Amino acid sequence: MSDEHKILLTIPMYPDMELAAAKTGSALAELKDFNEEAVEEIQLAIIETCINASEHSQSDDKEVHIQFLVTDDQLQVKISDRGVGITADTLDGTRLLGTPTLHADLRKRGRGLQIIRALMDEVVIESSSNGTTVSFTKKKTPS
Amino acid sequence: MLNKFDIQVRESKEHAIIETAGYLNDALGEKLSEKAQELIQNGYTLLVINLEQTTLINSIGISILIEIIEALDEREGTLNFCGLSATQERTFRMMAIAKYAGIFPDEESAIANL
Repeated sequence: MSDEHKILLTIPMYPDMELAAAKTGSALAELKDFNEEAVEEIQLAIIETCINASEHSQSDDKEVHIQFLVTDDQLQVKISDRGVGITADTLDGTRLLGTPTLHADLRKRGRGLQIIRALMDEVVIESSSNGTTVSFTKKKTPS
Repeated sequence: MLNKFDIQVRESKEHAIIETAGYLNDALGEKLSEKAQELIQNGYTLLVINLEQTTLINSIGISILIEIIEALDEREGTLNFCGLSATQERTFRMMAIAKYAGIFPDEESAIANL
């Protein structure tokens, strides 16, 4: 039978508070013997999602709510805010291009979701005018 | 020795090495950018950024690294990175940084390829 742990965490939208969430995620992944690379990937995905929530949600409560669910095989993370929601152009990164760069492929901003999608096995984004929830799963690879 | 969140610069006649430690976010990134701009203003066009003691780099930190690449590009300079973790290297390649800056395992090879 799989040993399952669920942790709920709420962080304020203060600078560097995303590290508290990332450390919780890495502690759970280490508890289940995820390899070092996977632990770092989980940390980065959590950091990018929390930063997106802080920068773009415009939520009144200025809080990010995180749910961790870890089993022997995988870690699921669900990160929610109660903000205004995100639009399709934010989802594909086109709204966040920022200052044009010398090289078209060197975009300065709007790459957080791309990073999360590349590092995690499954990513689901649900957004409405009541807020956004980004859920992602990292599966444990056999060592 | 570097503190937990710190930047150290070592200058030689031809190149300069910037070493960072800690979480490369907007705050540390701004300090790194200031140091790099100062070196470029002083005529250095060959830079190495050693990230061995940099535990995590977020996308804002990456955007600041891109600005340094661009500043050097304008002066036909070269920037090489070293000491990246496997995840950092993968992220740099995904974000096209590896097309415009070198990635090397250690400082010695990063300097040799400037």
